[in-house]
Amino acid sequence: MKDFVSLTINGQKVKVLKGTTLFEAAKQVNINIPHLCFHEGLSLYGACRICVVEIEGRARLEPSCTTLAEEGMVVRTNTWRVRRARRMIVELLLANHPEDCFTCERNQSCELRELAYDLGVRELRFKKGRKYHYPLDLSSPAVIRDPNKCIQCSRCIRVCLEIQGVGAIDFVNRGGRTQVLTFFNKGLNNVECSNCGQCILACPTGALREKREVDEVWKAISDPKKFTIVQTAPAVRAAIGEEFGLPPGTLVTGKMVSALRRLGFDRVFDTQFSADLTIVEEAHELIERIEGKGILPMITSCSPGWIKYIEHFFPQCLEHLSTCKSPQQMFGALAKTYYAQKIDIPPEDMYVVSIMPCTAKKFEARREEMKASGFRDVDAVLTTREAARMIKEAGIDFVNLEDEDFDEPLGISTGAGVIFGATGGVMEAALRTAYELLTKKELKEIEFKQVRGMQGIKKAEVLINGLKLKVAVAHGLSNARILLEEVKEGRSPYHFIEIMACPGGCLGGGGQPLPTNLKVREARANALYREDRNKGIRKSHQNPALIMLYKEFLGKPLSDKAHHLLHTSYVSRGLGN
Amino acid sequence: MKIVLRNIHKQGYKGDIESYLKEQGYTALKKALTLSPSQIIEEVKKARLLGRGGAGFPCGVKWEFVYREKEFPKYVVCNADEGEPGTFKDRLILENDPHLLIEAMIICGFAIGAEEGFIYLRGEYFKAYQILERALEEARSKGFLGEHILNSNFSFHIRLYRGAGAYICGEETALLDSLEGKKGQSRVKPPFPTFVGFKNKPTVLNNVETFANITQILLNGGEWFAQIGSSHSPGTKLYCLSGDVKKPGVYELPTNISLNQLIEEFGGGVEGELKAVLPGGVSSSLLTPDKLDVIMDYFHLQEVGSMLGSGAVIVINKDRCMVDLAKRCAEFFDYESCGKCVPCREGTKRAREILVNITRGKGELKDLELLKELAEVMFDTSRCGLGQSALNPVRSSIEKFSQEFEEHILKKRCPLGICSLC
Amino acid sequence: MHLIQKEEGGLSEEIALFLAKELNLPPVEVYSVASFYSMFTVKQQKAKYIIRVCVSLPCYLKGSDKILEVLHKELGINSGEVSADKKFFIEEVSCLGACGKAPVMLINETLYDNLTPEKVREIISQLKDENSTEEYSQTGL
Repeated sequence: MKDFVSLTINGQKVKVLKGTTLFEAAKQVNINIPHLCFHEGLSLYGACRICVVEIEGRARLEPSCTTLAEEGMVVRTNTWRVRRARRMIVELLLANHPEDCFTCERNQSCELRELAYDLGVRELRFKKGRKYHYPLDLSSPAVIRDPNKCIQCSRCIRVCLEIQGVGAIDFVNRGGRTQVLTFFNKGLNNVECSNCGQCILACPTGALREKREVDEVWKAISDPKKFTIVQTAPAVRAAIGEEFGLPPGTLVTGKMVSALRRLGFDRVFDTQFSADLTIVEEAHELIERIEGKGILPMITSCSPGWIKYIEHFFPQCLEHLSTCKSPQQMFGALAKTYYAQKIDIPPEDMYVVSIMPCTAKKFEARREEMKASGFRDVDAVLTTREAARMIKEAGIDFVNLEDEDFDEPLGISTGAGVIFGATGGVMEAALRTAYELLTKKELKEIEFKQVRGMQGIKKAEVLINGLKLKVAVAHGLSNARILLEEVKEGRSPYHFIEIMACPGGCLGGGGQPLPTNLKVREARANALYREDRNKGIRKSHQNPALIMLYKEFLGKPLSDKAHHLLHTSYVSRGLGN
Repeated sequence: MKIVLRNIHKQGYKGDIESYLKEQGYTALKKALTLSPSQIIEEVKKARLLGRGGAGFPCGVKWEFVYREKEFPKYVVCNADEGEPGTFKDRLILENDPHLLIEAMIICGFAIGAEEGFIYLRGEYFKAYQILERALEEARSKGFLGEHILNSNFSFHIRLYRGAGAYICGEETALLDSLEGKKGQSRVKPPFPTFVGFKNKPTVLNNVETFANITQILLNGGEWFAQIGSSHSPGTKLYCLSGDVKKPGVYELPTNISLNQLIEEFGGGVEGELKAVLPGGVSSSLLTPDKLDVIMDYFHLQEVGSMLGSGAVIVINKDRCMVDLAKRCAEFFDYESCGKCVPCREGTKRAREILVNITRGKGELKDLELLKELAEVMFDTSRCGLGQSALNPVRSSIEKFSQEFEEHILKKRCPLGICSLC
Repeated sequence: MHLIQKEEGGLSEEIALFLAKELNLPPVEVYSVASFYSMFTVKQQKAKYIIRVCVSLPCYLKGSDKILEVLHKELGINSGEVSADKKFFIEEVSCLGACGKAPVMLINETLYDNLTPEKVREIISQLKDENSTEEYSQTGL
């Protein structure tokens, strides 16, 4: 028997389940109450006070995000008192806010700007107010913090602590002097920040943003001496269309390739190629470990946010990580060796750019050990958002472009490579290959639906040749923590674990278009699984370009050359640094 | 009529357990242990004792809510974070008659079903800390605290917890967060601490003075208490007189006393000529001399547009510049705001700024309207009492002394010669 | 934290990390909580005498400004500063709960009330002259 509650909102009768907030109840009468600190998936904060409503019989206005609907309540969401309060609160926030909307990264997606406009704020009466002049945190190569634009909504803090289980930032000081800072203000690069960029997605203003590499890339493209190569992650093609007004989940692979070519890149390749490569190397590594030559469970290593996380929080478990580099880094190493040789271009003249849904990739590209080619394997990393901006800057009419294909050979990929972008994708791709390697038989049922979907931790058992392979998939670092606690204590029942730092997998990464919420993530995931189904070849080891790569260059999986170029090691970091 | 200061006013009273025992000490507890919890709560309800910390919530009703809750463990917390400027009454009790508080907390624990109590003492009360530690030790050694108190089935422990310089921790939910080791920031209310309190368990949180009334209520009966003072807020109140008054200090008086009586008869009269009074500290609205006959209880002060709060009566004479005082009040709240909610954090900051500008001759007439609107929005939308009442002195001084403000703004002159406007 | 403030003069990175590990909290939360309270500092600063002068309304009415003036002059420092010999630190604080005897100030754990400029000068000169073997004093209990 469900308990219902009847109340009146703006004169209309509403019936809701007991325990529903007024904010939710209002949606039933098509009212989206303006809000700021409320954010899907995070704990309630109730501090911006913008979502206030008038409740009959109460002396003050009450925040609708935290007030539960009660029987007989009479609620009004749009009285002059409410409007006056909302406007004044926005005015108060703007009194601190720098007035540089024109040059702000979030010009088109700033929630504060939107609120000010929608709530009818046409006058800033606190003009003579003193504004902040806090220094920017530029320490991290991935995420920049600008405390001057911060409105202390705590969404970044809550995402970092609750969803990611990291807690690298918190409020410091009290009252009007409150700031969001890192431990002893050391800067994001000097604490446990994983660079995942979820804070950027959560931030309503331009207080958090990725470090721009657009200008460096323009410079390289314009430099006649530089041979520019671009690789694109799977998750980008399912999301970049959103920056041009297309609905979430629109697959724009062909247009993306065309646009990048028009930007001036000499070659447009596909990270999905090296994703296939990662699978082949990793599947062989897994089989080796299962045969007793290594520690289990083995854990995927393609998510740099995850890597930094484990280096800080579970350094004692580093041996469990696969030694495989991420597809981005494998690509870079190969581009400047295999491909450079193939087309006879000196690797020092090659400039490799990757377009990623990810901010942590900016950190990954700069890791000391990522120089297997003898040069920095990946020169620049652009987020999906940055790439879209370059396309806009060039005046390219993205939506009306004709589809084009990736260049070969590093643009050829299978369906297994596509699904890397979704949580469970790496696992599924690895299973497809591992199955055929172990059984030497054809895998009929290609889709491993048990590891798909938005559930935080997914578990599955796959029977391969009499072996019950136990696998687990986690996305979002607080889910990773749960699995790692088991590993740390030696009671993990799994053989193979896939971990993605970002909720939803890479498609929900810190570099993706805003907004990125549950519905959007699901739409993007569906797009990727669709592309997988449309691919002729859906198993990594059957990628013809890959087969050629091994034949011409690497020899076989886990060969010495493969180890040198495609495998890596990790750093024990600990807390507080 | 002395209830709370009954012992303290006795010559030579030392506040240690021996002195306390000589003055009916712990007899209320002994009586309580023979009664049922509901009987005890009945007496407190009959007394109609209102919380003396400022909110004025009926104490007996609060205890009953917690008593009825089926969630365990329950807690008793004493708010000894006395921080309202102008308030210095709890210090008096803590330093001079600590057992009065301790005994009451034990009785409360017995009545509501709690086994643990905390005294949240502000960090700056060093002397009170030492005295309380010693008193708790004394109570333990005599078997009034600990396991099987006085051979009953009831066990109760009290721990002393120190604050660290944050006025906001006097707000009950901020206090609870601070007690849990976090920053002292208010929680969303409802739910109230009676249902979701310390560690999210049912908690009675009362002020020192509120507790200090309990033993006499129990010994003499709730009805006895209800006959004293005003009918709306029975009993006595510790009024703290400070500012431009000849005899500042703590005065325990029945609650049906008028402001005039308080200042003239007991306070010795105003130093200089009376200009205004803040009857409830800097969180209350100003009263002008025409309101001197108001009865100093929760109800009547609300009727005239102010509030009793903790009873911190600050007297202001004609030599004071109201703009300057409004500025000082705004500065206080700007400094003490916890910073969580936007209206208070930003509102107190801007209010202070605007007032500083006015005192420097840079004000505009529309600033006054802006401040009034800000005060109303802060009342409407702030998360807790601090933000809701922060601009009361500012708003009321603009309303009642608008001339002074206008002179600062239009003539760039401070009529009292206090603000340097150049 | 009171103990840490007393013994070490404030929070340091090392101490914060130790607390974080012991209490199973993110390190930045320890930093955050300590920074919230006026009586704690997130940098280590010690002085022999911590002088806290109340500047709230009742003390202001009774002349806290003049008390501060005397202190600034006698000690040669402003509020919020430590004297060169690390002996004195002046802090302006909110109501200390002794308004009946305003103006008041706390020096370490002792409350001085009913202050006048002359009284303050007396107290300060006494403290200046004091020859104690203790190099640094505590700010808590």
